[in-house]
This record gives sequence, structure tokens and C-alpha cells, in this order.
Amino acid sequence: MEIPRHWRLKQQRYALMGEVCPHCEAKIFPPRDVCPECGGEAKTQFAFSGKGKIYSYTVMRDAPAGFEHNSPYTVAVVALEEGPMVTAQLTDLGEEPVAIGMPVEMVTRKIREDGERKGMIVYGYKFRPVMAA
Amino acid sequence: MNPDVVIAGIGQIPVGEHYELSLRQMGVRALRAAIKDSGGLKPQALYIGNMLSSVVSHQANLGALFTDYANLGGIESFTTEASGASGAAALRLGYLAILSGYVDTVAVLGVEKWTDMAHSESETAAALGLDYDYEGVQGLSETGQAGLLMQRYLYEHNLPADALGGFAVQAHANGVNNINAYFRKAISLETYRKSGMTNPPLNLFDAAPYADGAAAVILTRRDLLPKDHPQPVVRMLGSAIATDTLALHDRKDPLAFIAAKEAVQSACAQAGIMPIYTDVLELDDSYSIYAALTLEACGYADPGEAPAMARDGGLAPTAIRPAMTMGGCKARGNAIGAKGIYQAIEAAMQLRGVCGLNQVPDARLAVTLALGGPASTAVAHVYDKIESRE
Repeated sequence: MEIPRHWRLKQQRYALMGEVCPHCEAKIFPPRDVCPECGGEAKTQFAFSGKGKIYSYTVMRDAPAGFEHNSPYTVAVVALEEGPMVTAQLTDLGEEPVAIGMPVEMVTRKIREDGERKGMIVYGYKFRPVMAA
Repeated sequence: MNPDVVIAGIGQIPVGEHYELSLRQMGVRALRAAIKDSGGLKPQALYIGNMLSSVVSHQANLGALFTDYANLGGIESFTTEASGASGAAALRLGYLAILSGYVDTVAVLGVEKWTDMAHSESETAAALGLDYDYEGVQGLSETGQAGLLMQRYLYEHNLPADALGGFAVQAHANGVNNINAYFRKAISLETYRKSGMTNPPLNLFDAAPYADGAAAVILTRRDLLPKDHPQPVVRMLGSAIATDTLALHDRKDPLAFIAAKEAVQSACAQAGIMPIYTDVLELDDSYSIYAALTLEACGYADPGEAPAMARDGGLAPTAIRPAMTMGGCKARGNAIGAKGIYQAIEAAMQLRGVCGLNQVPDARLAVTLALGGPASTAVAHVYDKIESRE
């Protein structure tokens, strides 16, 4: 069930909460308390905008356990506006084909179901194409 | 002066679906074959490379299991885990143990039981090598990671979807002549083109099949070899491990495969050679994109050029850069934690000159590189051969 684990990660999953390094200003996601750029301690919280562009993507047809209901689904590596990259499923894909460089934005969706009926449902971030204004 | 560490014995079972054999039976068979090949040397330590036994076989504590069942009389033994590079990491441990002077003779076993669970459960276990919190939980798998890399690679180099087909064609051509290979049938580029996409643009032939396997080597000091040990003797000249970020998305350039480059360069520097002087390169083609990125990271091919090198036969046993000479992961099969020991055995066989139709002419220097994930961990070894005992 892994309840403590999913609870612990709620800020990241629901709000893309990362960190900003007080020494070199690097934006950090996921949070790691040590800046990957300068090596200094970095515990200042920073909420990411959720806007980014697709760095790469693929389609999962042979889904791991817990993801079968959603299969096939598209997984992308998204380069966030603030710098870091993040792995996430794409959702709300319309007629437009997915492409590298496509602008996307974060939304909160169901990402996994454990078990058939009584299992936990895990919510978290996915990304969708940026809606035309 | 460091002693010469030599590979005194090799033993392997065919990679495949061994429903009739348990984890312990597979491992013991490989161990006994290696000890026999060494002329009956008695190891004082057994290091085991394995990734999945805790999940797939519900079995940890493999040191006690294998020393017990192989009748090795309670010697030092434990498991090393480095995802798909587990076996290679155990090999490094054995090498260092002999160099340290504390142990004279070591057995190293790579073993993986894949078929004890339903396919989707095993696939989930294989994904343990990813960053669970930030990749696994998004429904990504190891094959998915390879799909992401391949998509970006084709985009950056403006290559067609079938560009990487040469790797599978070469691996399968070599697998035909390896009695221990899972797949022993050649394929054409046309077969590659027609196969189904599992993780577009990655198709079925871009991914090596996970399978059961067990392979073992006996390492010792050169001066401890039995007098009648067959010549030439295979010597280990260098050993290195490098790591990169666990999650693919945390890398500045995911296509750079920095750990592969670091490991190969470091092991070659210890051996006093330049990587380009390698006669035999047993690289990690768990995915064809891994093979391409490795060749480019290590300087064996220019960026974007590795696919053409494979397609044009440049990796064949008689070509300039022989690689995956006994079928690689693609045709021999990807026995995950055992992979690194299969590679070491294939390198040793090339240097012994016993590879038959796949023999690399006048093979003197071999390099093996095993990857855990997309070069998240990379383990490289360098070997040569000594003709006489002087």
C-alpha cells in the first residue's frame, strides 16, 4: 500500500514543490536538499510554474503493474521553464500529434490504481498541451 | 608490483526460459562448470551478482544459498547489486579481492531467474532500477526509458525510425553460432522494419529479451594456476565503475552516457591502453540505443554515426570494431544481473581463440561494459592474453 510514501511526496505530486538554492539560485526538482549545481545546502522551498516543453516522449504499451487500466499512455520528459526536467504522463491529448518542443502545462490527475477495487488511488502531476487562449 | 589476476575458469548455462531449473540449480551448474574449467581450483570467496532474486524468487541471502548448494564449505560470500551491472560489479569485487592480497582464488557468479513470475510482475521488478518516486510512479519502465532516449536521439541527429536496425541484425547474426544464445536465428533489416513498436519509436527488436541465465568465472593469481592450465591465459588488466544520476531526467544531456565513457576510459587507463585499440568490445546492447550511445560516448563512433557503423557491418567479428561477438544481449539474451559475467566469459573465449565462426582474428585486447539502467551505473573491464608462463 505504501501509504507513508505517497503521503510524504504529496507536495511534489500535487504542487510541483521543489527547492531553490540560496547560494547559486538554481531551481531544483525533485527536492534533494543538496544543490546539484554548486553542492551547497538547499532547503528553501520553491513552487514550479508547471510550464515546460517536451524534451522527449514515448508510448507505453506494455504497462507495469498498476498502470494497465490506462494503457497505452504517453510518457514524456518535460523540460520545465525554470530549468529542471521531469518525467510525467501526458494527458488531454487532442488531434495534434505529440512532438518534441511542444509546450505543455501541469495538471493533477489519477496516476495509478493499486488492486482491482479496494486498492489505493494515487494522484499526481501529468502534463497536457497548453490550451490556445 | 600488483600480481597478475587471471581468469582461470569459465562456466555458463544457455540463456533462455529455464522453467525446469530453479535459481539455485542454475547458479550451481555455472559454478561447477567454471571450477571444472579451472582445473579444480578451490575458491576462498564467492561474489554473486544478482538484481531480482529478492522479488522474483522471494530469496535473499544468496551467499549462504550458493556456497551451501555448490558445496563450497562455508566460504566468504555475498551479493552485489547494481541493477543490470550487478554481475560486472561482482567481477570487480573479485578482482579487487585478489589484488588486495587477502584472497587468492575467487569465484564470481552472475545469476538471474526471470521466469518464476508472470511477465507483468517480472517487468515491474525490472523497473526497480529506475527512480521509483519520480519515474516508476509515472508508469515508466526500463524499456520506456530506452524509448525516450531513442526518440530524442533520432530527433537530434535527424535519423529515420529504422536507423538503429543494424544492431539487432548484427547481434542475431552472431547469435547463430553461440550454443549458449537464447536466439540463434539471423534476421534481416526487413524483419526489423516490420516488427511491432512496443515503445515508439522503439520496436521489439530494439529491446533485448530478459531471460534466465547463470555464468561464473574463477579468478586467481597467475602464479597459482595449475601447471597444465591451457594456454593462452586470460589476464584482467583494468576494472572501473562509474555512476550517473539515477533518473534520466536529472541529466544535463541524457544522450551523453557519461558513466559509460568514464568507466571505459578509467579501466583502459589502468590497462595502459587507449580504448580505440580494443580488439573485442562486449558492450551492453540491452537496447540498441544503449549500444549506439555507448559507442559514441566512448569515442568508438562520432555523434550520430554509430547506427551507420552497425548497419554497414562495422561491428562484425571480422570488421574494424568487433562488438557483441557472441550475440550480445539482443541474441544471447539479457540475463540482467548475470549479463556482466556472460560478457567476461565471451571476452575470455575470444582471447583464448575458441569462438569458432565468430572468432575475432588475432584478438589480443578485450573490453567489456555492463550497464545498470541507461548508464546510471557502468562497469568496465579490460583483458589481454599471455601466451607463456614466463
